[in-house]
Amino acid sequence: MLLLVLPAFLLIMYGYALNFDVKHLALAVLDQEKSQRSRDFLDRFLNTEYFDLRFNLDNMRQIDELMGKGKIQLALVIPRDFSRTLLAGEESPVQVIIDGGDTGIAGTAIGYVSAIAQSYSNRLVIDTMKKAGRRDFVLPVDYHPRVWFNPELRSALFLIPGLMAFVLMITVVISTSFSVVREIERGSIEQLIVSPLKPAELISGKTIPYALISFLSAHSVLLFAFLLFDVSIKGSYAWLLLGILLFLLCGLGLGLLISTIASTQQMAFMLAIISTMLPTFILSGFVFPIRNMPTIVQAITYIIPARYFLVILRGVMLKGVGFSAFGRELALLAGLASLTLFLSAVRMGKTLKKG
Amino acid sequence: MSRVGHIIRKEFIQLRRDRRMFFIVFFSPVFQLFLLGYAANLDIRNIPIVFCDLDVSRTSRDFISRFPASGYFSLQATVYRLKDVDEYIDQGKASLAVILPQGMGRRLAGRESTRVQVIVDGAESQSAIVGLNYATMIGLRFSRQILLERLRSASPGISIRGVEPEVRVWYNPELRSRNFLIPGVLAMVLMIITMMLTSLGIVKEKELGTMEQLMVTPMRPHELILGKLLPFFLIGLVEIAGVVAVAVFGFGVPVKGSVWLLFGLSPIFMLTTLGLGLFISTISRNQQQAMLSAAFFIIPQIILSGFVFPIENMPRLIQGLTYVIPLRYFLVIIRGLFLKAVGLDALWDETAALVVFGLAILALSVLRFRKKLE
Repeated sequence: MLLLVLPAFLLIMYGYALNFDVKHLALAVLDQEKSQRSRDFLDRFLNTEYFDLRFNLDNMRQIDELMGKGKIQLALVIPRDFSRTLLAGEESPVQVIIDGGDTGIAGTAIGYVSAIAQSYSNRLVIDTMKKAGRRDFVLPVDYHPRVWFNPELRSALFLIPGLMAFVLMITVVISTSFSVVREIERGSIEQLIVSPLKPAELISGKTIPYALISFLSAHSVLLFAFLLFDVSIKGSYAWLLLGILLFLLCGLGLGLLISTIASTQQMAFMLAIISTMLPTFILSGFVFPIRNMPTIVQAITYIIPARYFLVILRGVMLKGVGFSAFGRELALLAGLASLTLFLSAVRMGKTLKKG
Repeated sequence: MSRVGHIIRKEFIQLRRDRRMFFIVFFSPVFQLFLLGYAANLDIRNIPIVFCDLDVSRTSRDFISRFPASGYFSLQATVYRLKDVDEYIDQGKASLAVILPQGMGRRLAGRESTRVQVIVDGAESQSAIVGLNYATMIGLRFSRQILLERLRSASPGISIRGVEPEVRVWYNPELRSRNFLIPGVLAMVLMIITMMLTSLGIVKEKELGTMEQLMVTPMRPHELILGKLLPFFLIGLVEIAGVVAVAVFGFGVPVKGSVWLLFGLSPIFMLTTLGLGLFISTISRNQQQAMLSAAFFIIPQIILSGFVFPIENMPRLIQGLTYVIPLRYFLVIIRGLFLKAVGLDALWDETAALVVFGLAILALSVLRFRKKLE
């Protein structure tokens, strides 16, 4: 039951909470000139959805205090001679102070600020020349951005496939990791030993029920993703099924392996958490781009099943691309699945003999 | 008081004998630090970009060369046919594609405007937003240069330079995400270890039946509770020292504020985690249940505390929820101390919130625990 409800619960909870969209940053302004022109410049910032004006300041010291307390994320200081320097053909030294505490927000904010200032400067040249009667002054390079797959750039769309991998991996590995060790703790493993079951048979017997349940829970996640977050499957459902199946097999193999290694349920749980939670969260490309990691850490990501699953999920669900875009990932996932299942069968054979 | 001392000694002996637990207590912080210190990198750079150059002129080549030079992009390829772009975006080989139209060089030389199309892979929205931002910035700067040149040749008398903002990043000038994440790891480690160990330690006694033995001793309930909580409190303090040492010496994350304040305020946070640990032990019958319940309390704290995901971006309703997450307050404190060098006066609200939560949770758990004992 837990296996069916928990994934959907986690999806709902985190689907709403996870959001990387950088908007409505808390802005304080110290306008030392207070002229038409400086207000004009300021409006450029306030007319976007990125910045919310929270404080009008009188002196620099206030910035220190407000930022220290985390009340503002950036401050804009317009100097006393803003207009004069602009018209005199000098660069106006507008100062922008950004709280670097949250690097993601700060990095994005720097981008917004620079873009707004550049565009203001370009406008200034064009407007001045228009007034002087030169109609041939136009913006040289006119950008037309088009966002594919996720036109509103909602980070929910980007995070939900990752969330699905995360939730499935954790529930599958934890539930199967208890399966064998529980029998050892209870002593019922002896009964299995004296039975004529072969390790492979035992493995399939142990995995098939969990595989079926997790397969169902994967679909409950898909359903909720569709109903609540409007994430539909753009590509082929068949490829998605194959991806889910292989991913679940990896998880089952890993869970069984843990179960045969651990001597107590407590140990099994700890191992399951360590081997799934952080790696799936951090090393899979779920949140943190793999290309930014140091080479050694990048090498480790190759044994994280979620890494491949994410490419498949994003490919099928968001992009609607075909086999050629994720064939390699499918193959590697299949390889990892057979490896973990094989290893767990070997360990299971040993456990049975030892017992 | 000596009776409490005996319990504390007993707990340490048990922990030392349980090799695997011992290993986990000291291994998991190292593991988390390693992962978050090295792998969890939110710095956006080397965004893969592809260009479709339909003009093949000096101007278009000049435009393209601005991108890798900025440090934000890594140039994957330059293609010359429009349909070749799809492959890069579809397969995730590039997050951005910039299409330079035919006649770009000619139009720009003739003082006309030229349309440059930028295609963004929205499936990776984080890189997409930042990438689009930087690409826009580079484009605008390119435009500005051309405008200024045109201005010079058109009317040498007028000079307009415009605004070049001088950006200063406070607290973390190089924008290293490590400096942002590692203080959070300290809080996480502290929470997970103290909460897990407390709940497991007590539930284990229940499972083994040794709890009854403790109850028939002349030990008073509050002595038992104190003896059970203090060892994990001490372990927590040791872990703080360890993590701070690794953060400072291993990862070069500076502690700009007062280290003493850090050690002074962390115990207040531990009131909440030890209290929750105790609470979990009263609602769990066996260790497995205790661990699942602990996970149930830990995961929301990680997600909703602002550890990785900014609270300001959450919907109102969920923002309201975050106020009951103790880790939220501790993160403000610990980041303030690590990065901002703030003093107690700036952290007053958070400290007060932690004290209230800590005492409330602890009192509730102690009450429940004593009821169970009786």
